[in-house]
Amino acid sequence: MERVSVVTNVLKTNEEAAEANRKLFDANGLLAINLMSAPGAGKTSVLEQTIRRLDSRNGMAVIEGDLQTSYDADRIKALGVPSHQITTGTVCHLDARMVARAAADFPLDRVKLLFIENVGNLVCPAEFDLGEHLRVMICSVVEGAEKPKKYPLMFHQSEVVILNKMDLLPYSGVDLAELTKNVMEVNPAATIFPVSCRTGEGFDAWIAWLNQALDKHLNKGTSPSA
Amino acid sequence: MHELALAQNILEICETEARKRQASAIRKIKLRLGDFTGVVREALEFSFDIVKENTLAASATLDVERVPLEVRCPRCDKVMTPPGQDICLLCPECSGPLEVMAGRELQVDYIEVD
Repeated sequence: MERVSVVTNVLKTNEEAAEANRKLFDANGLLAINLMSAPGAGKTSVLEQTIRRLDSRNGMAVIEGDLQTSYDADRIKALGVPSHQITTGTVCHLDARMVARAAADFPLDRVKLLFIENVGNLVCPAEFDLGEHLRVMICSVVEGAEKPKKYPLMFHQSEVVILNKMDLLPYSGVDLAELTKNVMEVNPAATIFPVSCRTGEGFDAWIAWLNQALDKHLNKGTSPSA
Repeated sequence: MHELALAQNILEICETEARKRQASAIRKIKLRLGDFTGVVREALEFSFDIVKENTLAASATLDVERVPLEVRCPRCDKVMTPPGQDICLLCPECSGPLEVMAGRELQVDYIEVD
């Protein structure tokens, strides 16, 4: 019997593919955002509202990840934004190779902002780098104030946490201050935006932040998080 | 349940190493698994037992070493191992943000081969 030192990251293959994606995105000067949340937190609704309000709507593209159906991609296409649906079958997260195949569908030189809407899941997507520059997660306030503590990794990995469905807060019994405090405890650097897709509350602040991140990225040609 | 994908990755990494050494079988796989990962150990072990069938690792045991979460406060210059499962990355003394030093490991450390 012989002992062989390996010392290799289990996610090495995905990380290499993610790095290749990032190089491709950088070569085209676009900003890629990985959008994550539990199922039903409102990823596609936030995207719809974001598309409607964004200055640079023409340069947008969206990759949609779901287990089944193209409902989400159809909603994005209805707004005039190119969209590619990945159906993962039974796989609970997107990986970098799936994103590489989907990205080949777009004329990337004309894209400035690429949103990758991950499969709805609070656990698995947090482990898989897709080659994005920024991670944005959505937590709807009705999910409960303790969600960041129960699923700390995704909250920890995200630069931005959008707290959606603020219109339902009065009916939810959830204390917004407690939810915000829990987000900050697992991610002290998080930027938090409470929003409502129904009333439009909070979107001005999120869109201003996004436009700024986009300007910074397009001018520098590098990651705003770097 | 991304543990199945991870088990597949572990198998590929180990088989590649074993083939380089022209080994006939993998007997043991030592894995380092951080507490601050989204991985369920039991699900990973279960998945590995499924993917290892009819491979060089068919009779291999998966030895998982837990790596506890370790954090550092840059302001207090202190390294800490937070107790319990309620993760709080704010310094208990100065309330400043803590850096994660260990606990994110998901690494094949070594294999034992014949």
